[in-house]
Amino acid sequence: MSGATDGIVRASGAGSRFLRILLFALLILFALYYLLPFFVMLATSLKTLDEIRTGSLISLPSSLNLQPWVEAWSGACVGVRCDGLQPYFWNSVLIAIPGVAISTFLGAIAGYALTKWRFRGANIIFALMLFGAFIPFQVVLLPMARTLGFLGIAGTLAGLILVHVVYGLAFTTLFFRNFFVSVPDALVHAAKLDGAGFFAIFFRILVPMAIPTFGITVIWQFTQIWNDFLFGVAFTVGDSNPVTVALNNVVNTSTGVKQYNVDMAAAIIAALPTLLVYVVAGRYFLRGLAAGAVKG
Amino acid sequence: MSSVEGSVKPRAAGWRLERWLPQLVVSPIFALSLFFVYGFIAWTVYISFTKSRMLPVYEFIGLAQYERLWATPRWHVALENLFVFGGLFIFGCLLIGLLLAIFLDQRIRAEGVLRTIYLYPMALSFIVTGTAWKWILNPGLGIEKLVRDMGFPNFTFDWLVNPEMAIYTVVIAGIWQSSGYVMALFLAGLRSVDDDILKAAAIDGAGPIRTYAGIILPMLGPVLLSAVIILTHLAVKSFDLIIALTGGGPGYATDVPATFMYAYAFQRSELGMAAASAVMMLATILAIMVPYLYSELREKDR
Repeated sequence: MSGATDGIVRASGAGSRFLRILLFALLILFALYYLLPFFVMLATSLKTLDEIRTGSLISLPSSLNLQPWVEAWSGACVGVRCDGLQPYFWNSVLIAIPGVAISTFLGAIAGYALTKWRFRGANIIFALMLFGAFIPFQVVLLPMARTLGFLGIAGTLAGLILVHVVYGLAFTTLFFRNFFVSVPDALVHAAKLDGAGFFAIFFRILVPMAIPTFGITVIWQFTQIWNDFLFGVAFTVGDSNPVTVALNNVVNTSTGVKQYNVDMAAAIIAALPTLLVYVVAGRYFLRGLAAGAVKG
Repeated sequence: MSSVEGSVKPRAAGWRLERWLPQLVVSPIFALSLFFVYGFIAWTVYISFTKSRMLPVYEFIGLAQYERLWATPRWHVALENLFVFGGLFIFGCLLIGLLLAIFLDQRIRAEGVLRTIYLYPMALSFIVTGTAWKWILNPGLGIEKLVRDMGFPNFTFDWLVNPEMAIYTVVIAGIWQSSGYVMALFLAGLRSVDDDILKAAAIDGAGPIRTYAGIILPMLGPVLLSAVIILTHLAVKSFDLIIALTGGGPGYATDVPATFMYAYAFQRSELGMAAASAVMMLATILAIMVPYLYSELREKDR
């Protein structure tokens, strides 16, 4: 795709060389703008507190001081508990893995049923579910808190997993529906004539075709669940907090000397998993964003 | 699908099960997800018409909670902030996103690397973004100190702790996080413009500026609409960023409806008013999303 448009839109002639250099310089400037906050975080996390006070925001640390990272991972205080981010990081892992797996699987089944076993009202159900992706979650916070209490899973990881599955379904169903719509019905018809049932067709024919869609959906759900703060802060307490909530608590702990280097190390630790996913699977990440954009 | 019944001679019991299996499997999924959305919305709407405070009560009292809500100065601050933040955030993201997309569309060397850099903030949690910008913008040791040390001892940049200006720090951090995404949307739009149209423009002797302003940009209408919808949605829902960056403060100077609702529901035990504010948020989203979704779905049907 790229390149096809060039030579036409591009300015040609005397000033064009200069223009291209200017353009490139501008783009580099923007890149610096996006990178700077991360650089500042990283540099600050490796400095000593003295160095932070005397040095400048953008100076490099004089030596690699890893103490703040150790502190952030296993020593910083969240409320009264001083075990660092570590336990909350694992909470997030324990929430994200089942949350992603269940919502992706159910979304795949729902998307498959909506497109390949069209039943009466399928379109209406889909439209209703789709809308569920766009509600401001504030409107379900109160009843959800009561429901979790009623089910006896208020303040637990299981409760938060349920919340993420329920409100992730709209997106996962959307992703799979949009993919399965493009799969020819003839394939499914042929399999039905051969006597293959609902699940046989799903697992043997559609799942293997949908591997990229699984990739997109898993990455999307993982990013959403890992980065969630609203549900985490509303539905978990203390020991069951996910890492985003713990990070916010570390930063806002008002006791003792403000340890900016530890705050920054903690922020990077909390960001690492999704950043890693982005770096490793950026293409899928982008496609997920684009798929989400199709319908807003 | 009726082809199954017509062409296969099935064993009776297995056939029945097979026929109903799809509905059996998917109806709990749909029932659950519809219950958790629409059932809950109904509950919240109902609670907003009761005098619930710490615990929900179900006695209907009409619009009293809405009257209280609109008589609360903090709610007006929250709404005003949403307009200021939302307006500047959407405008800033669109402007930067469009500029970057047009620049990147000029067959730039290392385009892939630049694109990756522009978009990475989108992978971060708003809490991380807020934490980073809180540090950068803090008056004691952040940008203010940096510029003072560079030889401008009177430079002041205390927006973060200045009630008048704090909401603009949220705009700065929000644009940093989301403008790359808008760039990606516009870039995809630019790349899908038909080459023949561009060739025709070149033959007509249209320069790059005229080609963009007169031909390409008007074709980006649908992308622009999607971007505006997504950004509006992000703005109305924004909660994390404000909590992490300003905590809604100083005082409640940077409250938005989302933080207002949270504070009234979970800290002040004003369930009725919290529900009323949540319903107002829902109404805002509805006013934007329903016409959009409607037109999208209708287009798909055609």
